[in-house]
Amino acid sequence: MNKVIEVNHLTKSYGHHTVVHDVNFSLEAGKIYGLLGRNGAGKTTVMKMITAQLFPTSGEIKVFGENLYENRSVLNQVCFIKESQKYPDIFRIADVLDLCSSFFPNWDREYADSLIEDFRLPVKRRIKKLSRGMLSSVGIVVGLASRAPLTIFDEPYLGLDAVARSIFYDRLLEDYGTHPRTIILSTHLIDEVSKMLEHVLVIDDGRLMINEEAEAIRRRAFSVAGPSKKVDAFTVGRETLSREAIGGMAQAIVMGDLNSKTRSQAKELGLEINPVSMQQLIIHLTNHNSQRKAAINQ
Amino acid sequence: MIDDSRPIYVQIAERIENDIIEGGLLEESQVPSTNQFASFYQINPATAGKGVNLLVDQGILYKKRGVGMFVATGAREKLIKKRRELFFEQYVVSMIHEAEKLGITREELTKMIQKGDKIDE
Repeated sequence: MNKVIEVNHLTKSYGHHTVVHDVNFSLEAGKIYGLLGRNGAGKTTVMKMITAQLFPTSGEIKVFGENLYENRSVLNQVCFIKESQKYPDIFRIADVLDLCSSFFPNWDREYADSLIEDFRLPVKRRIKKLSRGMLSSVGIVVGLASRAPLTIFDEPYLGLDAVARSIFYDRLLEDYGTHPRTIILSTHLIDEVSKMLEHVLVIDDGRLMINEEAEAIRRRAFSVAGPSKKVDAFTVGRETLSREAIGGMAQAIVMGDLNSKTRSQAKELGLEINPVSMQQLIIHLTNHNSQRKAAINQ
Repeated sequence: MIDDSRPIYVQIAERIENDIIEGGLLEESQVPSTNQFASFYQINPATAGKGVNLLVDQGILYKKRGVGMFVATGAREKLIKKRRELFFEQYVVSMIHEAEKLGITREELTKMIQKGDKIDE
């Protein structure tokens, strides 16, 4: 497979404070990746390093097989949409679009115009007069219409309502279908994007904790609920992420594939089995606790 | 819509199966493209493709090169046969278990089924 990004032993420290610890991964061409994790976990630092906006303390990064720094031919292939992109104060939306057309080789002006309409953006208005949501929409228009072979959206939707986010997801999937490229979505709205992701990276505390197909993550855990004693009987010898009890009832999140044998065991005990969403699983995994960490490293 | 209960591609395959069984997708008619499924359900196109391929492997759908996916002749009959075999395990067994738990006798259960007939009419 064609590697778009290869990262080896990537580390970033500020003095004695290390924010990214020895991270290794590679991304293949034409997939939608999710880069997930809590605020402050190091996601943005990693994205800034793979887009040459920040130097690593140590480690190696190759994008499209080349080194990044001062390498315009690679940087033109990359579009990075940040949470709070800064533009010169005098710029109107139209100026931003003009600049993009000269920077991104695959820029599609017509497509940008149609997106501007979808998001109801006033092209002649100055950037500094835009609302927070409009500013986020400008970033989304740029990210989609650049059609860059590597497009990164870092929490692109500050101030965007559910309708606008849904338009973003629709347009993203449509355009990705006709113009496949590598997309990285970094967000904490995991439930909203999880079904669009093909592969997921989870960063916790500066370390890469999960690097797996989205479908495989969904099969990592399930929950059982029922009378406390029966839940405990079921969880004996099983890796348990959490256990909550109310009255005589308990619910536990258990690691492992929900195969038919497990299912029938739970059924015999009269326990209710439910799936655990990607968001729930990641919340439990990144909710700091050494016991949980042990469960992941199994 | 799509939920977390089972792999997404399995759910996509089941939706196509249901559409064929209920007559929404006729035999030899064209199936929506992977990208159309992806947009409609807001899922990854690769996942949608995996669901479609599951049905290709079972001979329910077939590919016309350069045109797209089509429903195979005999697909509906094949699917109904498969679903009938699953019916006992999926519905009847769990119904009997629940009935036993609640102390519902077989006679009462039979009456309920007959009552259910009327709902449909």
